[in-house]
Amino acid sequence: MKYQDEYRNKELCQYLIQKIRALTKTDIRLMEVCGTHTVSIFRSGLKAMLPQNVHLISGPGCPVCVTPTSAIDHVIALSRMNNTMIATFGDMINVPGSSSSLKNEKAQGADVRVIYSPFQALELAQDFPEKRVILLGIGFETTIPLIASVVLESKKKSIKNFYLYSLGKLMPPVIRELIQDRDTEIDGFLCPGHVSVIIGTEPYQFIPQEYSIPCVIAGFEPVDILYAIYCVIQQKIEHRPRVENKYERVVRKEGNPIALHKMDEVFSAIDVEWRGIGRVNKSGLDLKAEYSELNAKNFQVKIEKTKENPDCRCGEVLKGKISPLECPLFKSVCTPENPIGACMVSSEGTCATYYKYQ
Amino acid sequence: MCLAIPGKIIKKIDTEQVEVLLGGIKKKVRIDLLPQVSVGDYVLVHAGYAITKIKEKEAEEVIRAWEEIQS
Ligand code: SF4
Repeated sequence: MKYQDEYRNKELCQYLIQKIRALTKTDIRLMEVCGTHTVSIFRSGLKAMLPQNVHLISGPGCPVCVTPTSAIDHVIALSRMNNTMIATFGDMINVPGSSSSLKNEKAQGADVRVIYSPFQALELAQDFPEKRVILLGIGFETTIPLIASVVLESKKKSIKNFYLYSLGKLMPPVIRELIQDRDTEIDGFLCPGHVSVIIGTEPYQFIPQEYSIPCVIAGFEPVDILYAIYCVIQQKIEHRPRVENKYERVVRKEGNPIALHKMDEVFSAIDVEWRGIGRVNKSGLDLKAEYSELNAKNFQVKIEKTKENPDCRCGEVLKGKISPLECPLFKSVCTPENPIGACMVSSEGTCATYYKYQ
Repeated sequence: MCLAIPGKIIKKIDTEQVEVLLGGIKKKVRIDLLPQVSVGDYVLVHAGYAITKIKEKEAEEVIRAWEEIQS
């Protein structure tokens, strides 16, 4: 496909790997924040091809993985209400809550539908006027504007049985949190390319300016990723930390202003819980007061007391402190068929990616 | 989950939707977030929505620059 094949050129990859090798022999720890990067790095075999001193650490960029158990339990409770349909992206249905999962609830009669686009939730609401249709609005800045436009559309069309359970989360605040957490040492960031399509390049400026850490906005094809790795290491060597945009074919400085505007119209930032990371200031989004009549969080339901599995080390995996290989349950007990933690459920979860490709 | 793929717009359906060729398959794509598009544009599609136009010039310049370094 155009704009894909040329960025998968094997010889170019080999050449870039040589260039990276020639840059430095010292250990360097780079975090790819985005789960889509993690998958791409494994699938293309880059992880094994890179010189041993270049360590790639996976970050908290898988929205399903960072959704805390308490939120899963809340959604499960909502799915048990009468005349209710839950519309969700596929990965969410397998995530274990404290004692159940959406998949489990579905088997017991709950109406849970898998969608690939948030717009389908609105179509479902129109097709099933007798049901409350609750969209699980999960995602980062890439997906949030889509959810915002569905909310706006539901208002415009006066669809009364459409509701949203917002699980939207923001990348820059969690990056700050990771930097401030001294346990995770990071020499440079590969910034999420498609989040950047929406937010642009400016929200990352604090990373070099306040913390002197290099960052490069990277695309998702092997050549994009290697080129970004090369640039981020070069910034480090030259002691010139800055935000470099190496995904210029789609990322503009100002992002997508229409998307940002819609996001702003519908949502406001709140403090939210991230699995393994804890509460992070202004890192989540909830519906503004004007839209509270469609906020599914307002339904009165009984939510069970949260029970985390004490053996699951997802939290440390999400912060980049350990690799899944260091979790004693990995592969022995925890597998994609029988996931113990969220990181093994999502196809972009770090544990699931290691399982598949390692 | 932030997966987005490039595709070419082949038809305008109405003010809300276009038809995009994505990996050889025709798909309906919403343009709420990118209303100013024309047939022939390459766009990045995420979960059924076009989120940005692909700048052909940038894409091609980068490729050319790489070809030069290599030779
Ligand atoms: S391998 Fe399973 S149990 Fe271990 S951290 Fe990952 S998800 Fe949790």
